[in-house]
Amino acid sequence: MSADLRIPDGVQPRGLEGWPPPAMDPVGPMSQPLNTLTWVLLAMVAIVSVVVVVALWLALFGPRSWRRKLGGERLVLIAGFAFPVVVLTGLLVYGLTTTRQVSAAPEPGEMRIRVTGEMWWWRVAYLDAQGREVIQDANEVHIPVGQPVVFELESADVIHSFWVPRLGGKMDMIPGRRNILRLQADEPGAFGGQCAEYCGGPHALMGLVVVAHAPTDFAAWQARAALPAARNSLPAGAAVFEASGCGACHTIRGTAANGQAGPDLTHVGSRRTLGAGILPNNQGTMAGWISDSQSIKPGNRMPAYPVLTGQQLRDVSAYLESLK
Amino acid sequence: MRLAAAAAALSLPLGLCACADKSDAPRPIAGAEASRGLAVIERTGCAACHRVPGVDWPQGTVGGSLAGFADRSLIAGRFPNQPDVLVRWLRDAPSLSPETGMPTMPISDAEARDVAAYLYTLK
Repeated sequence: MSADLRIPDGVQPRGLEGWPPPAMDPVGPMSQPLNTLTWVLLAMVAIVSVVVVVALWLALFGPRSWRRKLGGERLVLIAGFAFPVVVLTGLLVYGLTTTRQVSAAPEPGEMRIRVTGEMWWWRVAYLDAQGREVIQDANEVHIPVGQPVVFELESADVIHSFWVPRLGGKMDMIPGRRNILRLQADEPGAFGGQCAEYCGGPHALMGLVVVAHAPTDFAAWQARAALPAARNSLPAGAAVFEASGCGACHTIRGTAANGQAGPDLTHVGSRRTLGAGILPNNQGTMAGWISDSQSIKPGNRMPAYPVLTGQQLRDVSAYLESLK
Repeated sequence: MRLAAAAAALSLPLGLCACADKSDAPRPIAGAEASRGLAVIERTGCAACHRVPGVDWPQGTVGGSLAGFADRSLIAGRFPNQPDVLVRWLRDAPSLSPETGMPTMPISDAEARDVAAYLYTLK
């Protein structure tokens, strides 16, 4: 895969870190109204807090005439009952209408991507118009800029929550349900995401990356991603992969490896991160992950492989990194 | 004061006896910057395999801990811990040790020198 799909040196997608906070730094029409809603709510909270504190001060220390007014039943009925009912109802309607289109059922012709939460990674499938999975991938989602993309969110085990702060709000992934979330990026880039519902063990290390491409770049990516793995030029590493039984859990399309328990590795070398959005992706981190992912992401379901020699580790990691 | 003077008097002959006073023999690397080296370490993910003081997470256990690296005589237990050897090791460990599990790393010579400078701050 061409170099332009790799993250530039030194640029990790921000999930939750940085300033301004990614959740308040929107880049699309799904996250922009949420950001406005956040500021409106914050402003309301600030105004009401100031009014309450001032009234409290007046009631305790103010002039007698003010204290008499504040003690009346009229004030309780207006400021304590009518005002909150009107304002909170208004905010409720505003909030619900703002988020309604985000989770509406997919229309024909909309691009659909199924993301399934797994302990503790993301299974990704690109769907065709009939809803069939045409490309399978993991932990990284590619979208074209400038159009809404429907995410069909499911869970394979416990409740997870899909959250890419710069693109939209959180949406739970609930076993047995399919929740809809629309995201749209208005500029190309890599946007970090994070599981936002505690799902046990290394939940905090369950990240993902959404990569937004200009439409032509996206088409090129899609064409590449649909291909099986290149006929391998690194037979030594492929042999280690096969002999170690990696294919029992991982699929590399175009080879005998067809396991379904773990992430698809057909193009793992082209991903920006390893271990579900948590490590930079290079041969060194790949070797470390294979040798003992438990020291990096304790409790994840891939066992350590302390049986591999240094040479085997280098061979198999070189092979996987070559899967662009 | 008197205690300090006594300590100094005691340590003077000890210092003279030592073959090399490490604190007086730093390994300077021209143009390298330890702080840039730490940034390279974080960006490259060295800590996926090595515990690196200054990096909170991860603290990998696949390769050795790099705590106290500046005081070690050998790199990977085999090669003299000198800047030129270390810089070569950081970029292309297999060229020195074909059995090592440490792959060639995607860093430039300048970056490797910065990393080496950082490692030599780890007393």
